[in-house]
Amino acid sequence: MSAEQLIACSILAPLLGAFAVLLFGRVPNLRDTASSAATLVTFSLVIQLYPQVMAGDRPRLDVLEVMPGVMLAFEVEPLGMLYALVASGLWIITALYAVGYMRGHSEGNQTRFFFFFALAISAALAIAFSANLFTLFLFYEVLTFSTFPLVTHHGTEKAKKAGRVYLGILVSTSVGLLLLAVLWTYHATGTLDFEQGGILAGKLAPAQIPILLALYAFGTGKAALMPFHRWLPAAMVAPTPVSALLHAVAVVKAGVFSVLKIVVYVFGIDTLAAGDHSRWLMYAAAFTILSSSIVALSKDNLKARLAYSTISQLAYIVLGAAFATAAGVIGGGMHIAMHAVGKITLFFCAGAVYVAAHKTEISTMNGIGKRMPFTMGAFFIGSLSIIGLPPLGGSWSKWYLALGAAEGENLIFVFVLMASSLLSIGYLMPVVIRAFFYEEGKPEGAEPGHAHEHGEAPLLCVLPLCLAAVGCVLLFFGSAELQALIAPIVEAR
Amino acid sequence: MNAHLLVLEVVVPLMAAPLCMLLPSKPAARMFSIAVAWITLYLAWSILGALGATEHGVIAYELGGFPPPFGIELRVDWANAYLLLLVSGIAAVVLMFGPGSAGAAVAEGRHAFFYTAVLLALAGLLGITVTGDAFNVFVFLEVSSLASYSLIGLGRGARAPMAAFSYLIMGTIGGTLFLLGVGLLYQMTGTLNMADLTTRLPDVLDTRTIVLALALLIVGVGIKLAVYPLHQWLPNAYSFAPSVVSAFLAATSTKVMYYVLVRIIFTIFGAAFVFETLHADYLLLPLSLIAMFGGSLAAIYQHDLKRLLAYSSVAQVGYMMLGLTLASATGLTAGLVHVFNHALMKGGLFLAVGCITAQVGSSAMGDLRGLGKRMPFTCAALVVGGLALIGVPSTVGFVSKWYLVQAALEQDLLSVAALILLSSLLAVVYVWRVVELCYFSEPDATQVEVTGRPPVREAPLGQLLPTWILIGSTIIFGLTTDLTVGTASKAAAQLMGVGP
Repeated sequence: MSAEQLIACSILAPLLGAFAVLLFGRVPNLRDTASSAATLVTFSLVIQLYPQVMAGDRPRLDVLEVMPGVMLAFEVEPLGMLYALVASGLWIITALYAVGYMRGHSEGNQTRFFFFFALAISAALAIAFSANLFTLFLFYEVLTFSTFPLVTHHGTEKAKKAGRVYLGILVSTSVGLLLLAVLWTYHATGTLDFEQGGILAGKLAPAQIPILLALYAFGTGKAALMPFHRWLPAAMVAPTPVSALLHAVAVVKAGVFSVLKIVVYVFGIDTLAAGDHSRWLMYAAAFTILSSSIVALSKDNLKARLAYSTISQLAYIVLGAAFATAAGVIGGGMHIAMHAVGKITLFFCAGAVYVAAHKTEISTMNGIGKRMPFTMGAFFIGSLSIIGLPPLGGSWSKWYLALGAAEGENLIFVFVLMASSLLSIGYLMPVVIRAFFYEEGKPEGAEPGHAHEHGEAPLLCVLPLCLAAVGCVLLFFGSAELQALIAPIVEAR
Repeated sequence: MNAHLLVLEVVVPLMAAPLCMLLPSKPAARMFSIAVAWITLYLAWSILGALGATEHGVIAYELGGFPPPFGIELRVDWANAYLLLLVSGIAAVVLMFGPGSAGAAVAEGRHAFFYTAVLLALAGLLGITVTGDAFNVFVFLEVSSLASYSLIGLGRGARAPMAAFSYLIMGTIGGTLFLLGVGLLYQMTGTLNMADLTTRLPDVLDTRTIVLALALLIVGVGIKLAVYPLHQWLPNAYSFAPSVVSAFLAATSTKVMYYVLVRIIFTIFGAAFVFETLHADYLLLPLSLIAMFGGSLAAIYQHDLKRLLAYSSVAQVGYMMLGLTLASATGLTAGLVHVFNHALMKGGLFLAVGCITAQVGSSAMGDLRGLGKRMPFTCAALVVGGLALIGVPSTVGFVSKWYLVQAALEQDLLSVAALILLSSLLAVVYVWRVVELCYFSEPDATQVEVTGRPPVREAPLGQLLPTWILIGSTIIFGLTTDLTVGTASKAAAQLMGVGP
């Protein structure tokens, strides 16, 4: 297949998968096979683009001109390649996990669930490959609306309220701020294309650049920069596979990916660094990193704690972008992959605990490691990766981020990163310690009737989470590859 | 032949209307009027094509062979051709909505009257659009208005005639003011031909009479267009009329009146006089902003889906007026594009409501509970149409918003640009109220038993098809804008006097 066809097919494959799911809705086994097949096809298509991008090619696909000067077009560049690989790769194991989870937990409306899930992945890949701001914005909104039925899956009053917060924040930031920023950019430069080195150089007054940057940074609500982070904890009402893939990988990474892409290809790191326009963003990100870590410490609900941890980790990537240095951008880009794999492991574990033991609160998980050794072992590995300890992937991205801070002589942010690592030990390790070293007490606090003997979660839950944990280790050794992929985008022209 | 197209566009529906009454059965009248509407659509399409072949983008036709300014001239440029296509296209689709005049309280055997009235309204609207004569505009305005009063009065329930009556009062006031304005223009210039007025007016522009004429014309048209604060008739008229009628009128009537206003301001008086000498924008800009926010806020608190859509229309007219007030080629393009786009989405949404009223028997918000499961296609149409109202990218609403914000930015009105986007967030609120009711609420079990109606089913194909034609086009024209933006920008350039 030619590169154009590969791009088109990799976006269409999940879409076709979605309709196959609808078609086979009445036959669960066939439906879930179709959904899993779509994941494999999609990943195999995406990975075929990788050698070309690695070789320096930028495959492009122009679809149509929506308005004069406004194209619907795709172009695969390194950051997008990375994000697409992460999203489509993790979709494979999530699809397996989702089957195990949804069946193990006897969820209703599974057809609708898998349909919108595939739709969301299609949108995520389209975001990854977007060649201009219009395409990015278009699929950013598609992703928002296609994940809404997933967040509100249970259809309860609580889900409805969470859906309102979710949609309210994501739509109002994107329409009120991001769209304004896109239009302003178009007005100032006459183009929306992502270009190496940025398009804004010399087009705006120096005083306007930080304002535009603020519109972009806060407008990308999916990046969950405080104070627009409330939607992420709210979205945790969704079934765990959704929290895992969408709210640790596809949706939130779409946000930080957009920020990173906009900083690199719209502003240009030279433009930002030259005028020191992004200093305020460093502080905003640092504030988000530290304060959400502290909030995470106080959460007893495991998924809520992971959600706040995600907010904190996302701000790492925004921080890397805000440094506007080569190492910062590389660190931010690598962190997309590292955090994705680490966090999805943790969410899988949280879901497995819920399926097997029906427990959601950390304080009730004493001694659970003895019953579910694989799950909690994977949780330990994932935690270490999030904390940033070798030999796990997370250590490299943190290394580059710290390097990025040092490169721009922002030493204070090195301390922020270190403090955040300590905090993440503080909120992740107690879970592991409780699971392995505490004696299983009386099942108080657990839902009555559920205090039963249990072992591991179903195989389809445990296998994916072990795979994800292995991924954390592999990423430690494969990080040179990632670095080589991203580095070209920040090389001096 | 090209010029004859213009007169045929009006004469065909005008002659067909009385013929329709003679037809014996309801299906015959229905098929006949559908055929007539499709003929006008074909004619409008041919006119647009013929216009592309001309050098200056103008086709003129001398009625009865009398040369203007003595005889009546039909004159079409890009702006009229664009509106002709819209009006006839909407009529062609909306009339297909069947069976019969869904929701209309028409006595059996008298359905022909319904179709006669629709055809008369169509003829009037097309006449307003095609003519180049100011007095002629008034005549056709009355033709279409009288037909629409009677159509609104056909609605179910006792309040429909009352709504029609108050619309009649307001509409007549508007028409009278318009006529007075035309009279004053005639007194000062001695001509009624618009093109002729354009050349003669500059000599007398500084007189108070002309300013008064302009004011009368703007207010007169403003009433019919439901410009805030002259919109009070609209919510009642739209919510008590049969849904098909609401769809037709919402998508055509206000749109044609917008065209008339554009014609008056940009062709007859000239943007320089209206906006630079008189500074009408000082008044119109705040009014359109208030309409955008007030209309949407009012929509949020409605208890009836049709009323909600009607108030949303008030807000949408605000967007169109804003485009006009910005008085630039981009602004006018935005206004004209939104005319087309809004017609598609509101027409489609009102038809979806028509599906609901036909099955459920009401359009009260409470009756939408749990409808997502029972009428999946209709509710999906509501969702897509709602997304278009919000202005989600890949729908027509986004295209309108894009141009409108660009127009505001061109004049360094960053605050106006931000307000446009903020007001569209209000649409999220009222659209999502509907979505939550359809998909997150269970129907009230006791209510179902008490009314004893058969269980609600999906609407028949005859209703779904036209609904989805319009709703589908909100996406098609959201992704391919050659026709809408292409024609609208040519029209705007012509109106701003920098024509091709």
